[in-house]
Amino acid sequence: MNHENGNEPAVYGLLAEFDTPDQLLAATRAAYDAGFRKIDAYSPLPVHGLAEAVGFHKTRVSLVVLIGALCGAAFGYGLQYFMVALSYVHNVGGRPIHSWPSFIPVTFETSVLFASIFAVVGMLAMNGLPKPYNALFNAPRFGLASDDRFFLCIESRDPKFELDGTREFLESLNAYEVTVVHD
Amino acid sequence: MSSRTVPITERADNPPVVAPGHDYRSVTQVISDVVLEFPLKRDWLIGFGIVAFFLSVLLVALLYLVLRGVGIWGINIPVAWGFAIVNFVWWIGIGHAGTLISAILLLMKQDWRTSINRFAEAMTLFAVICAGLFPLAHTGRPWLSYWLFPYPSTMNMWPQPRSPLIWDVFAVSTYFTVSLLFWYVGLVPDLATLRDRARKRWQQIVFGIFALGWTGSARHWLRYEMAYLLLAGLATPLVVSVHTVVSFDFAVSQVPGWHTTIFPPYFVAGAIHSGFAMVMSLAVPARAYYGLRDFITMRHLQNMAKLMIATSWIVAYGYIMEIFMAWYSGGQAEWFMVVNRMTGPYAPLYWLLWLTNIFSAQLFWFKGIRTNTIALFVLSIIINVGMWLERVVIVITSLHRDFLPSSWAMFYPTFWDWATYLGTIGLFLTLMFLFMRVLPAISMTEMKALVPPPAPLPTRQETVGHEMSVQT
Repeated sequence: MNHENGNEPAVYGLLAEFDTPDQLLAATRAAYDAGFRKIDAYSPLPVHGLAEAVGFHKTRVSLVVLIGALCGAAFGYGLQYFMVALSYVHNVGGRPIHSWPSFIPVTFETSVLFASIFAVVGMLAMNGLPKPYNALFNAPRFGLASDDRFFLCIESRDPKFELDGTREFLESLNAYEVTVVHD
Repeated sequence: MSSRTVPITERADNPPVVAPGHDYRSVTQVISDVVLEFPLKRDWLIGFGIVAFFLSVLLVALLYLVLRGVGIWGINIPVAWGFAIVNFVWWIGIGHAGTLISAILLLMKQDWRTSINRFAEAMTLFAVICAGLFPLAHTGRPWLSYWLFPYPSTMNMWPQPRSPLIWDVFAVSTYFTVSLLFWYVGLVPDLATLRDRARKRWQQIVFGIFALGWTGSARHWLRYEMAYLLLAGLATPLVVSVHTVVSFDFAVSQVPGWHTTIFPPYFVAGAIHSGFAMVMSLAVPARAYYGLRDFITMRHLQNMAKLMIATSWIVAYGYIMEIFMAWYSGGQAEWFMVVNRMTGPYAPLYWLLWLTNIFSAQLFWFKGIRTNTIALFVLSIIINVGMWLERVVIVITSLHRDFLPSSWAMFYPTFWDWATYLGTIGLFLTLMFLFMRVLPAISMTEMKALVPPPAPLPTRQETVGHEMSVQT
């Protein structure tokens, strides 16, 4: 956990642990205000305002879902039009060949199906998941981030990062503990 | 995390959503210990053995069906839709309460849904699996069931999308897929908790794979919450559409008793009625056995009982409107169907339906019954039976005597009808038994939002001097 010699693997970042969501939120805001940008905060449950505090304001999930819904609607309607009006033309009870009202239920279902798949796949892809290896898992106490502890990580790729100064900065935020995370 | 406003339903005379005295850590412990630490007890094994026996009954019944064909069931012309369709509609209806609890109540910000939603979503998935088996088996040649889906075939034929039966294929398969996605997305943060808490290597690996490397990053949470909310928004109209399409299977036909516009709302309400009854039937024993009384409190059971009063009246409105419309339409066959339902050979089932589905639910008006878990359990089973009877009445009494008296006939279920039905209950309960053992049955992440956030640790308090230390 110390950083005494050069044989150690590269430093991923510094991880500060906090007791409460409010402490984490305050510390994250302080880190952002101090000019750190490659930061992320980790919590066992969503903390309101935390994403904004790390400088992340807008997700594009809803746009992806809208695109999915439109693709699904086009697919569902197009499929039915192709099936009964182009490929396998069949007179059913004298109805028009392009009898659009009866195409609506399937169009609706495919819209919902595509939108949902886009929502999940899009959310995971934008989050960079699945990600089996994460340097943070090397930190011994990081497992508690899914239990009841709150973490702030300042990553070494941040231009303002330098080991001792950043560590002092994190300690000044009343962290419970600050550890170095190695890659 | 800011302080929540206290809704009217959290006044002192209402039991709390979470028993007092819990914090983040105890939520994690109580719920994840059921998965990671709970010993394999003999009574669990006995219970599992019983439900697995019924699962094997299903396998035998399906094997015999494949060997001999649908003639092993009591179906024939005119009652070509026997138990298979009754059970299909019953199961899919049971699934709907799961989506209602997880999606619609989420959108309405009903906190009390939190501890039962995971459980109810699992119920949805398993019920849809049971439901899907029936139409497949009912086709008679289940190995050709891919014909239901549109694909470019050498026969140069396509399914006919002017038929509600094809709408059903899309509705049910979409419903299953979306329910699975919703359930899994909800599980991911909890799987990460299990990964981090597991002490056995294989558990760490298995939960690690399914947790997808979840860390709880603030950026991830923001996208995650947005995706989850949108999924709930998508699932809400979906659940209404699915049972509407199921009711179209009936309503679009011209059979007396089926050809009616009340069917979609009446089917959706009935689905929710039976679904809440099933959640109740499962939650009452599960919370007792796994020690989850602090999280599935009397508040949940009472709220579900109150909702069932409401749904029972919507369903009763449907029954009454069916009668009224048959009379008002002036159609001879329609009116005959009503009289035949009330006084014909299946009349006892019809009156039993009123008794089990409508009148029994009125007992929930009494506080003494709403607060008695045994009474709730018994009544929920009765309502499940009632909703099954409703589908029997709709499917069988409508078909067995339609326009042409020379074609009238009776339907009697055979041994294999019952074996298949009981077998799917075995399949459903087997999956529930396994689910409760291997996955967190209550969402830890969402429960943590309901308990007070942790206070700063005492060792730190002396050094933490300023305002951010003690806010809650």
